[in-house]
Amino acid sequence: MKNIPISAMIGLGFTALYFVIAVFAPLLAPYGMAEVVGDVWEPSSSEFWLGTDNIGRDLLSRMIYGGRTTIFIATVATILSFVTGSTLGFLAAVLGGWADQVMSRTVDLIMSIPSLITALVILAMVPVTIPILILVMGLLDSTRVYRLARAVAVDIAVMDYVEAAKLRGEGQIWIIFREVLPNALSPLVAELGLRFIFMVLFVSTLSFLGLGVQPPLADWGGIVKENKDGIVYGIGAALYPAVAIATLAISVNLVADWILNRTTSLKGGRG
Amino acid sequence: MSDILLKVRDLKIGATVYPPGEKPRDIEIVHGVSFDLERGKVLGLIGESGAGKSTIGLASMAYGRGGVEITGGEVWVNGRDILKTTHGDIRKLRGGEVTYVSQSAAASFNPAKKIMDQVVEAAVEQKKFTRKVAEGRARELFAKLGLPDPDNIGDRYPHQVSGGQLQRCMTALALCPEPDLVVFDEPTTALDVTTQIDVLMAIKEAIRDTGVGALYITHDLAVVAQVSDDIMVLKMGDTVEYGTTDQIINNPQEEYTQALVSVRSIDHEEKKPTPEPVLSVDGITARYKGLNFDVLHNVNVELHPGQTLAVVGESGSGKSTLARVITGLLPPRDGEITFAGRKLSPDLKRRSREDLRELQMIYQMADVAMNPRQTVGTIIGRPLEFYFNMRGAEKRKRIIDLLDEIELGEKFMDRYPAELSGGQKQRVCIARSLAAKPKMIICDEVTSALDPLVADGILKLLLDLQKIEDVAYLFITHDLATVRAISDSIAVMYQGRVVRYGSKSEVLNPPFDDYTDLLLSSVPEMHLGWLEEVVAHRKMESAGN
Repeated sequence: MKNIPISAMIGLGFTALYFVIAVFAPLLAPYGMAEVVGDVWEPSSSEFWLGTDNIGRDLLSRMIYGGRTTIFIATVATILSFVTGSTLGFLAAVLGGWADQVMSRTVDLIMSIPSLITALVILAMVPVTIPILILVMGLLDSTRVYRLARAVAVDIAVMDYVEAAKLRGEGQIWIIFREVLPNALSPLVAELGLRFIFMVLFVSTLSFLGLGVQPPLADWGGIVKENKDGIVYGIGAALYPAVAIATLAISVNLVADWILNRTTSLKGGRG
Repeated sequence: MSDILLKVRDLKIGATVYPPGEKPRDIEIVHGVSFDLERGKVLGLIGESGAGKSTIGLASMAYGRGGVEITGGEVWVNGRDILKTTHGDIRKLRGGEVTYVSQSAAASFNPAKKIMDQVVEAAVEQKKFTRKVAEGRARELFAKLGLPDPDNIGDRYPHQVSGGQLQRCMTALALCPEPDLVVFDEPTTALDVTTQIDVLMAIKEAIRDTGVGALYITHDLAVVAQVSDDIMVLKMGDTVEYGTTDQIINNPQEEYTQALVSVRSIDHEEKKPTPEPVLSVDGITARYKGLNFDVLHNVNVELHPGQTLAVVGESGSGKSTLARVITGLLPPRDGEITFAGRKLSPDLKRRSREDLRELQMIYQMADVAMNPRQTVGTIIGRPLEFYFNMRGAEKRKRIIDLLDEIELGEKFMDRYPAELSGGQKQRVCIARSLAAKPKMIICDEVTSALDPLVADGILKLLLDLQKIEDVAYLFITHDLATVRAISDSIAVMYQGRVVRYGSKSEVLNPPFDDYTDLLLSSVPEMHLGWLEEVVAHRKMESAGN
């Protein structure tokens, strides 16, 4: 671990910081999440570090709790989308034939509708709870992962070592997880960092539109929505979540880049 | 002006390597090579892969490919040192004074432009000839190189001519600007033997008639012996031996050269067939999905326990398809396969684990036949786990035994395939198939991607293992020298049919059918003047008909 480049160090540091804050939010936040403690849009002071929001709640506490919600939803949704997307993608590549056709065309169908619109329609119909939100985001995003996983695995599935495994009589499970997956890892890891950030943006967008995390629960998109009117009066409260999202995005991708470099330079790695 | 065309003195070439996890470092890949080439003569550069022969060839055009840099020495072309001259001068040199013929013509021609446009391009660009003159000259060269319809072939696109014809077009391209020096980089390696002989003769005559000097780079000593006046043997960027062709072939001084000359001299006593064959292929006809013609027509062969059946043929003859049918990857349209007394299911998925275990396969390209993310131990250990349920110490002991059998040893157990040489990789693949304790192994061109000396080692190993393990080989190859070395019986395939089948002595001795005769006589032999003898012999025959 001693050869971590400086950029990955920075990324790792910030990412870890965000996750630590998310996990220990109740201990770190100076006030309660929904506690009204001051006036509307108070400027930052020693009492309220980032000022207060549109109904007088402490903005720093809101940001910390909001980060917790946003990061949690994005993480679980990313894991869900990767597990479903890559398993189905690998399966399609290994099986080929009509199974591949059915899966791929279904995915094409889903992808042909912008995922935000699909999500809005579904969330307008069902009660918006966090598990439902995660499920909708994860499954919609898994179509992207499916495409990547399938494309990578198709190349691998025609290699002689996969044919050798088939001739040996290995089952699909072995072929997918022992022959294909280790060789498909680098592009998937690179995609993981990117998709996580898309998830953060996705959940923020939904919340901003009022179909994501429901008040009084805080999340970064919701904070922007609540405080957007303040911008007119020169109140920057809506910009803090933007800064948080930007720094998280950059630091996660710095880490993803580093992992990508490491896995591709593994002995005998692809590309 | 002296008649020395190319003078290379103490040429040193370096490159930067990027080992994973380490700092990049500079290495030297050619360590001070010197030679002279007279006008109108041919110098053969020969060596195994990594010997630096192509690098030296390109250096005579002051070019380093892919990060390769000329770090020292002198290269004199027509009396000036091209390493010290200007860029403009080098541009005039390339494509004007010195031209290049690459190994794969198919990859070197631009598929979107007509052949003629590409053949005359350099000559016109260099203002040596006007377009009209250059085209006339190209047509002359097409005729000289024996291309069909020389007046119009230039109007075709590269995909409209065959591989052998395209290689000749490339030679015409190189000769068109009337260069002083042509660098031939493995020009016949990618061709079938029967095609190679025509291209070789065409190149030789073209060199003689136009009086250019040439560097002829190849790994095949028998080929270079036919075309060159002098030969330089290279190994790992050093000159091993440098002399006239006659001396190198008939009186090699260095041990390494002697090994190259005597390669494939394995002696193998033909075994008598047994009453009970391990594999019998009966009336197999097969085609690929989406094709409307059969790739295999009514193929019948038998393989006896502990023996080797060589399946010989050129590319497209259906020999690899036969392997796919036997393994069950391609179910045949007709016919059946009996293996070890049982009828084999045509479809892989319905075969028993026992069938799969007893019928193993070794591939041509060892580097893609092994998962790059698994260690040698895992690769060899998996069949032990899978077929025999071996675990822990028992498995480890068997892996070490297998590694000893393939002459590698325990220390290779934790290495990754990328850390092995080509020959070592192929050995690991052999061990993997032996781990299953098979009755029969299909070897699909297992030595054709290897250097001759390494291939020799693999063949010897396979023969030794056959004696110990009593395993039968179905050996697919296009190389007749390999066939002579290892087979007990031979099937010659041509256009999906077995045209000749029998014991080795029957197949390799007259009377021949036409195709086998053509195939056998096309294999380059390691003596001077072989090419002329064959061509003269063929001309006489066709005159007699």
